[in-house]
Amino acid sequence: MSVQNALEVRDLNISYKVPGGKLRALRDINLNVPRGEIVGLVGESGCGKTTLMQTILGLQSSAAVTESGQIMLGDTDLLTLRPKQMRNLLGDRISAVFQDPMKSLNPVLTIGRQMTDIQFRHNISQREKRDRAVEMLQKVRIPDPESRLDQYAFEFSGGMRQRIAIAMALMAEPDVLVADEPTTALDATLELTTIDLLRDLQQDIGCAIIFITHHLGVVAELCQSVNIMYAGEMVESGPTRAVFDAPQHPYTELLFNCDPAQIPERTRHLPTIGGELPSLINLPPGCVFEGRCPKAFGPCAEIHPRRVQSGGSDMVKCHLRDPEVPQ
Amino acid sequence: MALYFIKRLLLSVLVVVIVIVALFLLTYAIPGDPARVALGPRANAELVAEFRQRMGLDQPLLVQLYNFFTSLLRGDLGRDAVSGEPVLNTVLSQLPDTLYLVLGSVIVALIPGVLLGILSARYRGGIIDRISSVLSVSVMSVPAFVIAIYLLLVFSIQLGWFPAIGAGTGFWDRLHRLVLPSLALGLAWIGYIARILRASILEEMNEGHVRTARAFGLSENKIMFDYVLRIAILPMITVLGIGIGQMLSSAVFAEVVFGRPGIGKLVFDAIISRNYPIVTGAVLVTTIFFVIVNLAADLLVAWLNPKVRHDLSR
Repeated sequence: MSVQNALEVRDLNISYKVPGGKLRALRDINLNVPRGEIVGLVGESGCGKTTLMQTILGLQSSAAVTESGQIMLGDTDLLTLRPKQMRNLLGDRISAVFQDPMKSLNPVLTIGRQMTDIQFRHNISQREKRDRAVEMLQKVRIPDPESRLDQYAFEFSGGMRQRIAIAMALMAEPDVLVADEPTTALDATLELTTIDLLRDLQQDIGCAIIFITHHLGVVAELCQSVNIMYAGEMVESGPTRAVFDAPQHPYTELLFNCDPAQIPERTRHLPTIGGELPSLINLPPGCVFEGRCPKAFGPCAEIHPRRVQSGGSDMVKCHLRDPEVPQ
Repeated sequence: MALYFIKRLLLSVLVVVIVIVALFLLTYAIPGDPARVALGPRANAELVAEFRQRMGLDQPLLVQLYNFFTSLLRGDLGRDAVSGEPVLNTVLSQLPDTLYLVLGSVIVALIPGVLLGILSARYRGGIIDRISSVLSVSVMSVPAFVIAIYLLLVFSIQLGWFPAIGAGTGFWDRLHRLVLPSLALGLAWIGYIARILRASILEEMNEGHVRTARAFGLSENKIMFDYVLRIAILPMITVLGIGIGQMLSSAVFAEVVFGRPGIGKLVFDAIISRNYPIVTGAVLVTTIFFVIVNLAADLLVAWLNPKVRHDLSR
């Protein structure tokens, strides 16, 4: 374990028990989250982002089976922890902000109650817990926090709720924050202010953030490094700038081409990537992206690509970039 | 939101009015001359005519209905056809025993039902969950009076643990004698309440706020009792409101089988002796009670929602 990584996922394999056999949701996932950095995780729906996030938080469904791998938080492998030990780390050393701010807060308990409840590890008075909650709400720029603590989630706007969720997640100054599409449900202006706020707080606290998103613009704006997932595999990882300037994997390239912000002229039709995701129950022997890849050639359908370093990217899984594959 | 309360209240009043009209029409439609029934076959024609005039029976239907309503508003439910006592007094004197029985049945249904519901949701697919699922279906499908008779056979006659008949005197004796009838009425609802609660707990457990609570390491017990149950209990309250109505009608059997005084026994005896004013009065009082219980349940459900409280305080 390199000391500069706050969190490190190593060769993680997760599958789900399904009627037709085993659905191999995550295969050989590696993810480095350096201390104090914001790491982007990008991929289309169904690529395994949610499974990865749930596994990191120990909140995976009962149908999920961890086949192999490690998730190192400091010197601790989270996958070896018993549920009770895992619960001890949650909200303390590792916490999370979720996508839908309308649903992620309890509807029948006041914000103050929820914010004091999560401080159950701290042996301080209710008064002190409340003061800390007020302080945290001030940090996320909720006006008049003292009186708003006694209000319920429905009395806040969507943007405010998400700021409250961020305040709760960062209250214990965790080592790692998992942010699962925290701005997807917000409109564009709110998205910007929420991202600014998140970055300010992150610099203040010095925590690392795994930022899961569809929005490439946000990654470019916020993240030092980026990881691209496809159909349960990590297909490319590297420093944000390098990957954005010269994507090495054809999927990454197509993903960037589909980003509406990258299209200079007016158009009625946004570009899409044709084809469908491969079946994760009966995996193809070759590359998972072969069926949709415009650059597929000889070995792609037969041989699973290995991880290579290419261009500015630290890791890419593509025969095109493998010097040992005859082009 | 205040509008909701007013609407809900008006609806309750409307239900009571409809029941009153229906009751009146039923009495009107009963074959035979009520005056003849009241005075007996040997009364002479002059006496019958005098009685009809005195009771307003010679008036048109709508006038009779109007008179019926106005006397109800004065709290006059008519007179017992046998004893001549005011019906209201007779019914109200029997009401407490039935209310104790219903209360006992609610306790019998609620405490094990809630416990089973929580446990089956918490250990979903486990042994408790499976047993409660089978039991709830089998117990629900047995009528209350069958349960009552079996309870009586086993616990009173075979084992002799509980007295078979009567309501008893003094607190402990009354409580002792309340056990079997309450079981007879309440048992069927244990499984039902457990299943309803289990379903709403499981539904709520899938909500985002539970995932948030888990992501902060809150214990499963804390999440269940402070975060989930507050919301999951609401459908059960509504069901219980309706359940109380069902228990009131089952009370007729339980009171007859266990020889207890109460509204059910009163109605049963009144039907046998064709004492229609008592039947009408008892049904009316029971309906009003049921309407109040359901109103209370609905208002409680609304009140437990902070959004509703918030809108009201505006």
